[in-house]
Amino acid sequence: MILVVNGKEHAVKVDPETPLLWVLREQLGLTGSKFGCGEGLCGACTVLIDGAPQRSCVTPVKDVQGKRIVTIEGIAADHPVKKAWLAEEASQCGYCQPGQIVAAVALLKEKPRPTDADIDAAMSGNLCRCGTYGRIRRAIHTAAGTGGKP
Amino acid sequence: MSANQGMNRRQFIVSSALAGGGLLLACQLPFGRRDLLAATGSAFAPNAFLRIAADGRVTVIVNKSEMGQGVYTSLPMLVAEELCCDWSMVAFQASPVAPQYNRVSAPIMVTGGSSSVRTEWERLSLAGAAAREMLIAAAARQWQVAPSQCRAENGAILGPGGKKLGFGALAAKAAALPVPKKPKLKGGAGTLLGKPLHRLDSPAKINGAAIFGIDVSVPGMLTCVIARPPVFGAKVKAFDPAGALALSGVRQVVAVDAGVAVVADGYWPALKGRAALTIEWDEGDGAALSTPSMRAEYARLSETPGLVARREGDAAATLASASRRFDAQYEVPYLAHATMEPLNCFVDLKADSCLIRTGSQFQTVDRDAAARAAGLKPEQVTLETTFLGGGFGRRANPDSDFVVQAVQVAAAVRRPVKVIWSREDDMRGGYYRPMWHDRISACLDGRGMPLAWLHRIVGQSIVAGTAFEKGMVKDGIDRTSVEGAADTPYRIPNLQVELHTTKSRVPVLWWRSVGYSHTGFVMESFLDELAHAAGQDPYHYRRALLKEHPRILKVLDLAAGKSGWGAPLAKGRGRGIAVQECFGSYVAQVAEVSVDVKGEVTVHRVVCALDCGKVVNPDTVKAQMESGIAFGLSAALYGAITLKKGRVEQGNFDSYPLVAMNAMPKVEVHIVASVDPPGGVGEPGVPPIAPAVANALFAVSGIRVRSLPLTPENVLAARPGKA
Ligand code: FES
Ligand code: FES
Repeated sequence: MILVVNGKEHAVKVDPETPLLWVLREQLGLTGSKFGCGEGLCGACTVLIDGAPQRSCVTPVKDVQGKRIVTIEGIAADHPVKKAWLAEEASQCGYCQPGQIVAAVALLKEKPRPTDADIDAAMSGNLCRCGTYGRIRRAIHTAAGTGGKP
Repeated sequence: MSANQGMNRRQFIVSSALAGGGLLLACQLPFGRRDLLAATGSAFAPNAFLRIAADGRVTVIVNKSEMGQGVYTSLPMLVAEELCCDWSMVAFQASPVAPQYNRVSAPIMVTGGSSSVRTEWERLSLAGAAAREMLIAAAARQWQVAPSQCRAENGAILGPGGKKLGFGALAAKAAALPVPKKPKLKGGAGTLLGKPLHRLDSPAKINGAAIFGIDVSVPGMLTCVIARPPVFGAKVKAFDPAGALALSGVRQVVAVDAGVAVVADGYWPALKGRAALTIEWDEGDGAALSTPSMRAEYARLSETPGLVARREGDAAATLASASRRFDAQYEVPYLAHATMEPLNCFVDLKADSCLIRTGSQFQTVDRDAAARAAGLKPEQVTLETTFLGGGFGRRANPDSDFVVQAVQVAAAVRRPVKVIWSREDDMRGGYYRPMWHDRISACLDGRGMPLAWLHRIVGQSIVAGTAFEKGMVKDGIDRTSVEGAADTPYRIPNLQVELHTTKSRVPVLWWRSVGYSHTGFVMESFLDELAHAAGQDPYHYRRALLKEHPRILKVLDLAAGKSGWGAPLAKGRGRGIAVQECFGSYVAQVAEVSVDVKGEVTVHRVVCALDCGKVVNPDTVKAQMESGIAFGLSAALYGAITLKKGRVEQGNFDSYPLVAMNAMPKVEVHIVASVDPPGGVGEPGVPPIAPAVANALFAVSGIRVRSLPLTPENVLAARPGKA
């Protein structure tokens, strides 16, 4: 099976029902996408599939063959969202943050100048046990000024 | 986990004698600045906490686990301040497990009790100061001048006539000099301390490069999930591995003390293998447990006298002669820590060595438990601390459950193996914040102030049966069961606090803010009840009872002032206030709340005032308050672990919800400027939020909820005239 992850093609041999998350983490060594719930309830595993945010823990790998998959590792270090995350010091333990950032990148692509309601709607499926929501909200607003490319 | 004692000088000297070099650990460990560390040849290793390379790069070795609180920045700041180095040259590295990294005045390495900065301030400052003095001595020697003519600044030593040498150039020479026995702190205004410096670990965390325990991997590693008992205390009677072993990717099925372990090529086949197991359990009496019957039993117990934890005056006699008394019963449920990163542990066990990589808050305890489980000596076990995707106490377990289980699996498979807990495993695996039942009776004096307060607390002891029992249980009273109540700062002339310690198969553990998460809610809610009963403003009522506690008064006043206490609010909103002294710090919070006809509570705004003494990094301190509020709010609004036929009814975030972006209030944090000794910040933000919200709910609706969480069901049930 061929996966296109962060612009690179990878041939993987795996049970086609395996959730994409575990293929990324265990076969491709891309451990930035996190496991938090395995049920699509927390957003820690969020990746972009053809530009749209998806929970990779409930996405069978067979469904994403040939699609463009972008993980946290595929978002440039100087991406406005990552820069804003650093400026606002959004991270605490950091475990949820890759998923938060990927979700924010997708939001800003869809809505370059999101309102607080837009942020609530797009981000409320990304849980953070450390409660960094206020800073995430600020970081999204900060990044919005500078636009976001996926 | 008591407050800090000052640093022991002998300990510092012993630490200083640790040989340099040899401490750079495998690249899986958390470290800052990969580029910096790679170059660290460790030319100068004056003590256990500091390395300076020939190119001037500084590595601070951190003996505290990074689980969100920012210790990989705050602790290096303490060293760097005294070292006078260039902050941009500073990297961090997780320490190994060794006595010199034990908590000051304790025999173990531990991160907990909101103690990292409190306990390390002096030791790390002295570590930096000693290195600075050695660098100065090296430069003075080279220039043939007196050390007093030189000073350190921004990573260089400056001497007379514009002489200047960088730390890197001096490192090798400094290394040859004796370590000063009594380094002198430079004192004066800090160049780093008190500044909101950026976190050193943030870049790794936003790029997916930070390695958490769950990310650990080595070639040939297997992944394991364990089928654990459906009820606490159950044992495997028989199991059939055939279904699991028939699946591709499943390697082995082995019985361990915790249950049946399925070892596979990855998490997914392991999970599928587990689903295909047939296991017959001997459930024992654990299946009889149910939350309603436990609540009834606790309520019954609260009618009978318990062990006395505090007695002032004569509360019972005063109540007996009171013309009017106020009685209330409060309840809080079991709570799961629900760290965002589920429990996990990597073990590579060989005949004479054991390597463990995991996110631990309790390294020495876990290492020793691993050694016992593996039949090795502690020195044969290496435990490397990864980043922790949250701790909150769950990764500081006196039973070392997640480590011991993984060692047992490794012993059976003799291959590097990582045990991963699913979210459900993690949530149903026990070690909860205990459930509590409190019964309080009080009466007021002629001015409406509390005259007597009789308080019975019913619940499990966290430390009973652990190695910590001896130090923390006195005369049958676990102090974490009564902290916040027995030592209340409120002036109550006749006060009696009693405790019933119950026993249960449900394992309990410290949960962010420990006893205060329970007592804070009960004390601050019932005090609010008394204020309203006396017809007084809850803020002023508290002030009147705290006259001898200027630091509590200060945060109370600050929170009230900043929240606009007393000023009119938007229609349908109410304010509630609560205050807590704990872990050496003082926190007051004012919550602004509304409730709809369905009983749905919304928290709009929280104003938080904190006095934590001297501050290392005000931004990470603020972040800890925001974090504590979110953590406490999830518990206040939704959190409950309940049992039915011995089974935990919750499993994932649908049944055990957390506050999400759309439910998070606007939070403002105000820090009192202070020169007092440092207090803790990881936990103190938690206790006031539940009572502040519950008090605000009462203010806006007249509904007093005495059983957490504040779910619509509990709110509607508590409407006046209901119950
Ligand atoms: S791990 Fe995928 S949504 Fe939680
Ligand atoms: S930063 Fe810890 S879970 Fe979000």
